[in-house]
Amino acid sequence: MSFRYEIRLSGAGGQGLILIGKILAEAAAIFADLNATQSQSYGPESRGGASRSEVIISDEDIDYPKAGNVDFLLAMTQEAFDKYGEMTKNGGIVVYDMEMVHTPRQLEGVRVFPAQITELAIKEFSKPIVANMVALGIVINLSNILGIETVKEAIKSRVPKGTEEINLKAFDLGYEKGKELQGL
Amino acid sequence: MIKKMMHGNEACAYGAIIAGCRFFAGYPITPSSEIAEELAVLLPQVEGKFIQMEDEIASMAAILGASLNGIKSLTATSGPGFSLKQENIGYACQTEIPCVIVNVQRGGPSTGSPTMPSQEDFMQSRWGTHGDHFIVVLSPSSVQETFDLTVKSFNISEKYRTPVILLMDEIVGHMTEKMILPEPGEIEIIDRKKPSVKPEDFRPYENTEDGVPPMAAFGSGYRHHVTGLMHDETGFPTNNSEIIQKQKDRWKKKFDLARDTVVFTELTDAEDMEYLVFSYGSSARCTRKAVKIARENGLKVGSMKALTLWPFPGKELEKVSRGLKGIVVAEMNMGQAIREVERAVGKNVKVLGANRYDGESMHPDDILSVIEKF
Repeated sequence: MSFRYEIRLSGAGGQGLILIGKILAEAAAIFADLNATQSQSYGPESRGGASRSEVIISDEDIDYPKAGNVDFLLAMTQEAFDKYGEMTKNGGIVVYDMEMVHTPRQLEGVRVFPAQITELAIKEFSKPIVANMVALGIVINLSNILGIETVKEAIKSRVPKGTEEINLKAFDLGYEKGKELQGL
Repeated sequence: MIKKMMHGNEACAYGAIIAGCRFFAGYPITPSSEIAEELAVLLPQVEGKFIQMEDEIASMAAILGASLNGIKSLTATSGPGFSLKQENIGYACQTEIPCVIVNVQRGGPSTGSPTMPSQEDFMQSRWGTHGDHFIVVLSPSSVQETFDLTVKSFNISEKYRTPVILLMDEIVGHMTEKMILPEPGEIEIIDRKKPSVKPEDFRPYENTEDGVPPMAAFGSGYRHHVTGLMHDETGFPTNNSEIIQKQKDRWKKKFDLARDTVVFTELTDAEDMEYLVFSYGSSARCTRKAVKIARENGLKVGSMKALTLWPFPGKELEKVSRGLKGIVVAEMNMGQAIREVERAVGKNVKVLGANRYDGESMHPDDILSVIEKF
């Protein structure tokens, strides 16, 4: 039985969502020998403005590279939650950043996890810039789609040299946070 | 053979290096900028030169100068820059200077939608510059195809002394997926023909049997004149109508002879098809998905992907269109390739467009809803 898993990472420009999308795709296609595509949609601004990164993971060739039936939504802004929350498929997962999404709408048929993402990045590392890695850890834990080591390999190959350690630590923290959320 | 995760723009840069490109001049513009960024890193590693020029007009001029010196050259841009390059693209057609121009399409006209996908430059890629001229346009639908077609673009430009347009779109340019990077030697690389006669006997626009005159690099001892005016076989301007016609007829002969070697299409699910979806670039990815869904619903649908847009694959299309109940032309514009499709298949087959021009990528439903209309 073939599978196709769609992940939508949505938020604002500058939050590093395109990078974690590329890491997910690389982990799947290079380190786990699956097929993956990552595509994106963003505005002309270099920071701010809506940003969306979509990753398709499959054991087959991926014809259509855009998400149509989202299994997993990460919402890093209120706008992203409002726009994409209801487009997540039945039985899917929605994770949102409690720091950024203040009025989450009720969603039917999906598991919704509020998570401290930006807050944890600031509290533990004094760097909101690693919030994307915290989010990635949560995504990996809750989706259970890729092995943790394959993702770590991909992080090491994609983040700027010299920043591997802090990124991996932030990822681990997110992964642990995911375990906590599972227990809720 | 190396397995790598890349986006289309990176694959284009790697393809250029493998093809032997050693000069890039350009001006950054979304969604093509990563091609320049990559080549700024890669070219110095192979003793090539990278230059960011003051604008697109100058960068087009710079690659023509470099190519006249015998160096394979590339520029990359998007809509507004592609418009600016047109004057010098015409110069390249007139003077038969090999070069490759990448246009990663965005929505237009004018500044349009810089970060959004479109296929609105289908016609401009063929007819953007004025006057009767010939040009080859290739269009990839995946990261791997971007690499392969970049190499092919250089090979065609060198073999036939012509500018080649690689018409990408934002989705293919920015999409990351796995690709196989072949080892050097695993891939055919073509270099331009050089003159074998003595320098004093050299005629840079000679009417050779295949229509392609040999080309001498500046500084190699072969002196020749290059002008945007119509010229005779020596390269000097002429108003002699007999010579003008001869030169233009040679261009036609050259492209007629080249035609079948530069037109690439892919036909799938064609054996029993009653309907055909014709598409190119990222719309071809969406088409594959739509065909799969249609077949699950019991409709006999096949697809043709054009990797070459110009010369238009009309002959190939006409051959498979006989007896069909309908053809859908799926493209991210208000209907451009559809005119060529209609011309190719005549009145015997009904042709409908599936068009998306709101800045979002084509969705399989956009195609399926049109098939239902037949």
